[in-house]
Amino acid sequence: MSTMDTTRPAQDIAPAQPRWKTLLIRPETMTFILLVVGVFAGSLLSPFFLDINYILKSFTLYSELAIVALVLTMVIIAGEIDLSLAANMALSACIFAWAQASGVPVPAAVLIGLGSGLAMGALNAFFVIGLQLPSIIVTIGTLTLYRGLAQVLAGDKSIRVPDWFIGVDKVMLGGIPLPVVLFVVLAIVLGVVLGGTIFGRNIYQIGTNEVAARHAGIRSARIKAGLFVLAGVVAAVAGIMTASRLGSVRYDLALGGELQMVLMAMLGGTYIFGGRGTILGTFLAAWLLVIVSTGMIVANVLPAVQLVVLGSLLIVAIIATNLIYSRTQR
Amino acid sequence: MFKKALALGLAAGMALATSAIAQEPLKMVYIGKNTGNPYFDSINGGFEDACKSLGCEYEFVAPATAEATSQIPFIEAQIQRGVNVIGIAPNSPDALNQVLDDARSKGILVLTVNGDLTGNESHRDATILPVNFDIVGRDQVEMVGSLIGYEGEIAILSATTEAPDQNKWIVGMNETLASDPKYANMKLVATVYGDDQPEKSTTEMEALLANYPNLKGVIAPTTVGIAAAAQVVQSRGIADKVKVTGLGLPSEMRDFIKDGTVTAFQLWSPYNEGWLAAHFAKGVLEGTIKNEVGATFEVPNLGTITINENNSINTQAELTTFNADNIDDFDF
Repeated sequence: MSTMDTTRPAQDIAPAQPRWKTLLIRPETMTFILLVVGVFAGSLLSPFFLDINYILKSFTLYSELAIVALVLTMVIIAGEIDLSLAANMALSACIFAWAQASGVPVPAAVLIGLGSGLAMGALNAFFVIGLQLPSIIVTIGTLTLYRGLAQVLAGDKSIRVPDWFIGVDKVMLGGIPLPVVLFVVLAIVLGVVLGGTIFGRNIYQIGTNEVAARHAGIRSARIKAGLFVLAGVVAAVAGIMTASRLGSVRYDLALGGELQMVLMAMLGGTYIFGGRGTILGTFLAAWLLVIVSTGMIVANVLPAVQLVVLGSLLIVAIIATNLIYSRTQR
Repeated sequence: MFKKALALGLAAGMALATSAIAQEPLKMVYIGKNTGNPYFDSINGGFEDACKSLGCEYEFVAPATAEATSQIPFIEAQIQRGVNVIGIAPNSPDALNQVLDDARSKGILVLTVNGDLTGNESHRDATILPVNFDIVGRDQVEMVGSLIGYEGEIAILSATTEAPDQNKWIVGMNETLASDPKYANMKLVATVYGDDQPEKSTTEMEALLANYPNLKGVIAPTTVGIAAAAQVVQSRGIADKVKVTGLGLPSEMRDFIKDGTVTAFQLWSPYNEGWLAAHFAKGVLEGTIKNEVGATFEVPNLGTITINENNSINTQAELTTFNADNIDDFDF
């Protein structure tokens, strides 16, 4: 968590901030406070809200997007963006479902699905790093392309998965649904990688100033390509998990999910221009999003009001993030 | 604080559980496809009025968008709220299977209202549909026949070439025209498709008028098609020459009826779907109605209703005809 502070050179003019202050004035702190407020607001809105099993169950509905958002956070910190990940989920899931429906054994079909996710990530990497195109344009293009291919493959019909494959969200590990466990484990792993390794530090340096990072000997092209490919594979995992949860696959799986993923990263204080952000922030933001949405849905709040609340949350988060970062910048 | 809130929630849950034994009113919810759809406002009205008269609690909820999985959090929330009945207009024929199974395993009665889980009927308890779609084609031919004096050339302006409901009705129209001597002097000269787009429907209607100068009637069994066809007839001022009818929404067709462009058209009453669903649900949960194929029950204002194959229930035997006399009674 304090990686960024230690990498910054000591400043002569400003006296060192007290430790409690550097810990407190962070975007993640704001996300955490919002989360606590959300829990209280939710329990005031409806007596049915504060039930840990219900909240965990509701989290499984968002867990696939949340898992992908963790990797997306790293892509954004590295100064890029990938908007094609939800479409990647749909196409990977469609390829997986189509393969097993045409007779491929399920384990092999899963591998085919993961392989296609990897290929999609690699294609993004080729355009962004190989051809030096802006990632926002490239991934808006591949978003449409992947979604379109999914529709070509599946048509307007759904493809069923076998009965035994259905219900990843019903598998419990110590009373916690498996998708939630996966999310927590991945968050810890990526959090350690990003915050505690040289590789992680390199990602921040690329996002802060890529030219400087390259001069310092950081292989920015290789690292960024790796992140795009990783995001592609994780999106495929998430897509196949969604297939297991729903029991069937359609081309419109996770439609619009890219915005939810970006929302989670932004709410968690990741800086859209790169160089700043943490896995912890996205982790908290995913819970915040679930708590707020679930709290309002179970209280039968009008969807229009729900959209207003979610939009306002995002605006608050962006203003706070920018304020905090501009204060801590020289 | 957190613990206190938890304890409070628990206490509330306990209070609820005990009062449920002491004759808690039935809790029903209807989940629409999406918000801001006047068609669902009408179904909602039927539910609301029925629940008021039956003494049930009722709420209407709907997601902001009509995509396949957007209803899932809403169903989960209603399970958590402990409702007794979930009525739903499903956005997907199969993406809801798992969560609807969860609801049913908790003892919730699941009814699909105005739309069914085609091919997945085992994941709901019963479906309430407006009308038996087998008779729509026949009724529409009778409608146009009565408007043109059972004589002359007619044409069909449909939705897309693949639209399953419309295609079923067109088959019914062709069969009726071929088999019933009453319609022997009526000739179907063309079937065209406006793809449920206003522009394309208008173009197809204009092409019909150009290609068949003796055309006397047009059946448009789709709300977009009938509105576009009526618009063409209105702007050309040929309402006395070409009769447009079909299936339309009263709200969209009101002006055409008022100025005489269209004499009459048909549809069903979405209001009755909500009305019937609420009565049926209460009856089933209280044991007065058996949810079995072939069983019958009484619903106020609708008469005797029969449960058909696949636990499918229709609100009306015939289509409702809208004309200048009754158009103001409907607001969907």
